[in-house]
Order: sequence, then C-alpha cells, then structure tokens
Amino acid sequence: MHEKEKNLIKTYVDGGIDRRTLIRGLGVMGVTAATAGVLLNSVATEALAQNGFDWQKHKGTKIKLLLNKHPYADAMIANLENFKKLTGMEVEYDVFPEDVYFDKVTAALSSGSSEYDAFMTGAYMTWTYGPAGWIDDLNEYINDSAKTNPDYNWEDMLEGVRNSCAWNGQPGGELGSADAKQWCIPWGYEQNNLSYNARMFKAGGLTVPTNIDELAATAAQAKTDGLASYGIGVRGSRSWATIHPGFLSGYANFGQKDLNVSADGKLSAAMNTDVSRDFHAKWVGMIQDSGAPDWSTHTWYQVGTDLGAGKSAMIFDADILGYFMNGGDNAEAGNLAYSPFAANPDASAPTPNIWIWSLAMASAGKQKDATWYFLQWASGPEHAVFGATQMDFVNPVRKSVWANTDFRARLEKSYPGYVEMHDVSAPGAKIHFTPQPLFFDLTTEWAATLQKMVANELPVDEGLDQLAQSVDKQLKEAGLG
Amino acid sequence: MGEFTMSVPAKGRFSINRRYLPYLLSLPALLTCIGILIPFFTAVIYSLQRYRLSQPWARKFNWGENYLNFMTDASFWNTLKVSMTYATLTVGIELLLGLGIALLLQRRSTFNNFVSIMLLMPLMTAPALAALMWKLMTNPGFGILSYFATLLGIKDLNWASDPATAMMTVVIVDVWVYTPFIMILLLAGLRSLPKQPFEAAELDGVPRMFVFWKITLPMLTPFLLTATLFRVIESIQQFDIIYAMTQGGPGDTLTVFQVEAYLNFFQSTNVGRSAALMMILWAITYFLSNIFIKNWLRLREKARGEA
Repeated sequence: MHEKEKNLIKTYVDGGIDRRTLIRGLGVMGVTAATAGVLLNSVATEALAQNGFDWQKHKGTKIKLLLNKHPYADAMIANLENFKKLTGMEVEYDVFPEDVYFDKVTAALSSGSSEYDAFMTGAYMTWTYGPAGWIDDLNEYINDSAKTNPDYNWEDMLEGVRNSCAWNGQPGGELGSADAKQWCIPWGYEQNNLSYNARMFKAGGLTVPTNIDELAATAAQAKTDGLASYGIGVRGSRSWATIHPGFLSGYANFGQKDLNVSADGKLSAAMNTDVSRDFHAKWVGMIQDSGAPDWSTHTWYQVGTDLGAGKSAMIFDADILGYFMNGGDNAEAGNLAYSPFAANPDASAPTPNIWIWSLAMASAGKQKDATWYFLQWASGPEHAVFGATQMDFVNPVRKSVWANTDFRARLEKSYPGYVEMHDVSAPGAKIHFTPQPLFFDLTTEWAATLQKMVANELPVDEGLDQLAQSVDKQLKEAGLG
Repeated sequence: MGEFTMSVPAKGRFSINRRYLPYLLSLPALLTCIGILIPFFTAVIYSLQRYRLSQPWARKFNWGENYLNFMTDASFWNTLKVSMTYATLTVGIELLLGLGIALLLQRRSTFNNFVSIMLLMPLMTAPALAALMWKLMTNPGFGILSYFATLLGIKDLNWASDPATAMMTVVIVDVWVYTPFIMILLLAGLRSLPKQPFEAAELDGVPRMFVFWKITLPMLTPFLLTATLFRVIESIQQFDIIYAMTQGGPGDTLTVFQVEAYLNFFQSTNVGRSAALMMILWAITYFLSNIFIKNWLRLREKARGEA
C-alpha cells in the first residue's frame, strides 16, 4: 500500500526531484496533503533507521510520559506510531490541561514516583526540579555517541534557546555556562513580540509601533477610535506568568535586570533603578489607558482569545498566540500580522524573553536509556520538520527547520511578517531572568505589585522600593542575598 | 470471659471473643484517625523546618522560626485580615438571607416545597465551576451582570478585577453558592419546632415581631449555631471560588489562607511556610469550633433542663 507514493517521496528525500514535482506527482496519485505528510515522515523515519544507530536496542521496553495539552504534544502523538515502529518500544502517556499540569508534575516528582519517565516542562521549572534532584542532567546522554544517534545534531538547536535550558545550579549562575547541566531539551518555544490586527490597523490608519511610547500611543488611538474594545493585550493575573512575556521582554530591552549578582555570588533586587521606574510608569500607564478593563485576571488565554475575537487591537505577548489566533474559527482569523518589537527606541534589536516547552527526564525513572531514545527522537530533526510543516509545532527550536523552505513558505503564505519577526528577534531571544530558586516567589510578588500600581493603590516609585525591599529580605532569608 | 455469639441466618454461625469486640468495632474509626493524624503530624514537622523543595541542601529544623517570622510579616497579617473579613461577610450575609428565605418558606405547601428544592440548585454546583460562571457573567466586556450594572447607571464596574470591588464580588459568589445550605438547615429547624408556643401566642394575639424575637429565634438558636459552625469552618478555609476568580489578586486583596498556602507550596515550593500557614489555620478553626460546640452543648443542656 502506498508503495508508489513512498517511492516518489523517497526520491524527493534523496534529492532526486524538487518539491513542486513531488506535489504534482502526489496530486496525480490522488494523495491528500495530510496523507502525504504522514508518508513523508514515514520515509524520513525509515531513512533514520538506516544511519547505523541501533534504534531497536530497547525493543519491547515501555515508557510513560506526562504531557500538557498543547499543539506540541498533539504533533508528537500524531507521529508516535513512527517512533514505535522505529524502536519497537511502547509509549504510554497522560495528558493534563495546563491549569493543573504543573501541580501534577510537582506532585509526581516530589513524591519520588517512578510512574513517569519523561515529561513536558518549562525551563523556569527546572530551576526547582534540578536542584531538588528530581530530573537528570541530559549532557551525559547528548555527549554519549553510543546512546545518541549520529544525525541528532545538537548544535542545530538555536543557541539562546539551548542555553536557556542549561544551568549550573548556582543561584545567579549564567545560563548555558561551561559547567551548566542540561536539565531539559528544548522542544518548541515562544518569543514575545507584537501580533496585531492588520484589518483594524488599516481601517484606522494606524502604523505598527516600534517602541514603548509608540505602543502606548497606538493602543490608545485604537481604543479612542473604537477599532477594538481595548487597545493592547498583555497578561495581568497575579502570577509569575504576567512578568515573563511582553513585560520582561520590554524591560530587558532597556538593559534592565531582575537581580544583581555580586562578585561573591550574592543576589539583590535590581528593579528600582531610574530606568526601571520609567519603564514601569509607561507600562502601567499603557494598561490604565488602553489595556483590558479586567486586565488583572488576564492570563495567556484571555490575551489570545481577545485578539482572535477582535476585542483587542494587538498584543505584546507570545508570538504563537498570534499564530494560533490567525486560524481556526476565530473571528479575526486571517486578519492578524506580526512584527518584531524593541521597546527601547535606542535598542538595535528586540530582546524577547522566551518560554520554552521542553522535555525532561525524571530521576526516579527506571529505564533511562530507553527514555533517552524517546527524548532524542521527539526533539530530533525529523520530528521537528514533520511537526512544523504538517502540524502546528511552532516555533521550532532547530535552525534547520527555520531554514526549511516548505516551512518558511507555509508561514509566509498565511502568517504575514511571522518569519521576518522571528529572524529579526531570534538573535536576542533568551531567558532574561536570573536563574535562582526563588524565581516563582519573586516574580509572583512582582506581578502583585504591578496590579497594585495599575489599580492606583501604590505609586510606581513607592511600589518598586517596597518590592525591592521585600525581594532583598526574601533572598537574605533564603541565604541567597 | 464469656463468648459473644452472632448468628447468621441460614448460613450457620460465627463467634467473636467478647474481649476483642470493642477493638473490632472501633477499628474503622481508629484507621480513619490514623489516616488523618499521619499527614497532620507530618505537616507539624514540616512547619518546624526550613524546607524549600528548590533548596534541599538547606533543609533543617528551625523550630518555631516560621511562626515567629509571621509576627513581622505584613503579608501574613494581611492574609489573616482578608480571611477573617471574608468569613465574617459571607457567613453574616448567608445567615441573614438563609433565615429570611427559610421564614418565607416555613409554611408547608406544594409551592414552598418546590421552591425550597429549586433553591438548592446552586449548592449542587461545584464552587470552582460557579466561580468560572460568575467570572463570565461579570466580565466587563460581555458579562450579563456588567450589562445590567450599566443599565443601572454603574459604569466601569470591574468586579473582581478591581481591588475596591474584588471582595464584594467573591462574597456574592459565595453567598449564591452557600445560602441554600443555611436555608435548608434553618427550614428544617423551623419546621421541627413545637407548635404549642406559637399557637398560644396566636391565641393571645402576640405581635409577630415579638413572637420572632422571643420565641422563634431562641428556639432556633441551636440550628443557627450548627449552620454557623459549618459555614465558618468552611468559609475560613475558602480556596476554589477565590483562586478560580482572581488567584488571590488584584495585588494582595484576596490572599486568604488556603490560596497563600497553595501558592507557597505548589508555586514557590516553600513547604515549611506553607505548612506553618496551614497549622495557623487549623488552630483558628479548632478555636472557633470549640466556642461553637461549647455554646451548642450549653444550649442543649439548657433545653433539656427546661424540658
């Protein structure tokens, strides 16, 4: 079955024909795009099996995964049969919605349970999981040629993303340093940039803002002119997740940091500088003037859906929110466009803080070598191409996928400006936080302080002084300051 | 020792040594007790430790330091204040409303019985779901309640998103969910009261308000105390409504004990502080329960004496 089609695809994979000829040939054979995707990946998997690496070494072994309900997980599940065929391994998985996902991970890992061998995580979470001894340093697998297939190409991972998942465990230690442990493997990631409603911008004669002042002015105009219910969507809930997207991306663009690290490794608050005060004042003013009325309850979900529903004119948030809202049955599907965003008018390029959905290995797992087989397949180049071209595995973390012409053509066709946005901001994209064990305490308090400022309960200057004082106190109590 | 014999019809007979019977009968309670006490004492031990999951190397007993830190911790006092305010407001309003509705439905009739059953519907809704439902209804953009507020001339009402109205919003949700609980308890109480005093008062032409204050309310007090006890204990431990609507925000407006302890454990992985907060909450609950139970027992004794 599908032998003729497979042969045609194999010729394409071997470079015998170009993409246009392949598509024309498959069309003649009556193959749908979805079937073509599966066949293409099946052929790529067969090619993978022929690189001399013993993929069948753990045949018959069963591993179990803990997954968040996410398009990245959906893409992996859609391709999972090929992994099973390649390795002869069995894979079970549990999928939980994001609202409860990290509670489930914390409960599973802290209990020392060996139920799950690998799981999805964010890099920030590994700052807790790593020092706690719940996850393994994956360098020993990546660097072991007996365990890692020769085509894995670790260097293909975007450097800022790869480094953001590596930390030496020292509070304040540089991410990706020579002595860093690779706590997780980047899988897919989000930059924080502008996604805007091009239809509204055109109707209102608005131009795409290029710095924080223009952002506030454009948002205000979009609201005043009645183009949308409110001008700008950013997160505002009482959570660390309010700080890490647009807010920190803009903040870092002014050269500002969350914490100072002294020569002797002591940490102290760094958010009450004059530049920081100025940035906070502009951010707070922008939300007060043109943010969502119920901003203080907005998570990524409300930010995204309001953009898709046409309630907001633009968002300064995860680029993939803009990506997903431009499709499906969203009211504004097809109307969204994208732009890189540098908040600081004097900055040469954007510096987006990033969120990385990653894969990590549970220390309590009983079959680690087999688990690594899954991890290297799921984060490998073949699956990345399959996910990016056939599913919604966006943004990929591999340079080779970003160079893939099919992938770029797909984005350029339906997501105007997305590729350029990524290319412009990728060099400055990394985690801009200081890695340390109190990350969630301090950022949640930062978010609560922002809420008080927006509600006019606290002036910006006083709020930042109070926050810095509290941060220093907590760092000292934890032996970090 | 004699032998206690239990017979099983048609199947034969088995016997249990009478000496062991008390132990056997109390075994389920004992097992339940152990199931409660193990986590309780584990939490006590954690609360006496400096214990962060993200800093396992720093784990050690600091004895009462977590509790002492609360004395100078503004966020703890805020948590105490918010929890007490929330419990007082919700229980107070629910008692007044529950009593009022119960009085209206006191007379047995098909209509009253139907209404009392229908009014129980909010109680059947999981509080977290009720919170999400109210979150939609109070959305400033498209919420039906925001629309009604606008019709009444109240503009820019941001409900749970505004520190000025956040407490009011979550209290409304709590009242909507739990007033039926108080209502049904008090309605059962009202309908079980002896009829003679009320008939005598009616024959004597005693004014209704006098009957309410001097006969109904005193006789209903044990039921009121029971309802208050249950609701205070539950209200001071509120989590789902507040977390689902605001995660404790805006700012620190709604950081009640459970929300603060939850965030301390699951987000900050600060096990020591989280456990200490739970111990304080347990102490408050224990203290309040004792007061209520003592008063309830006193009233019961008084009622027996009068009888």
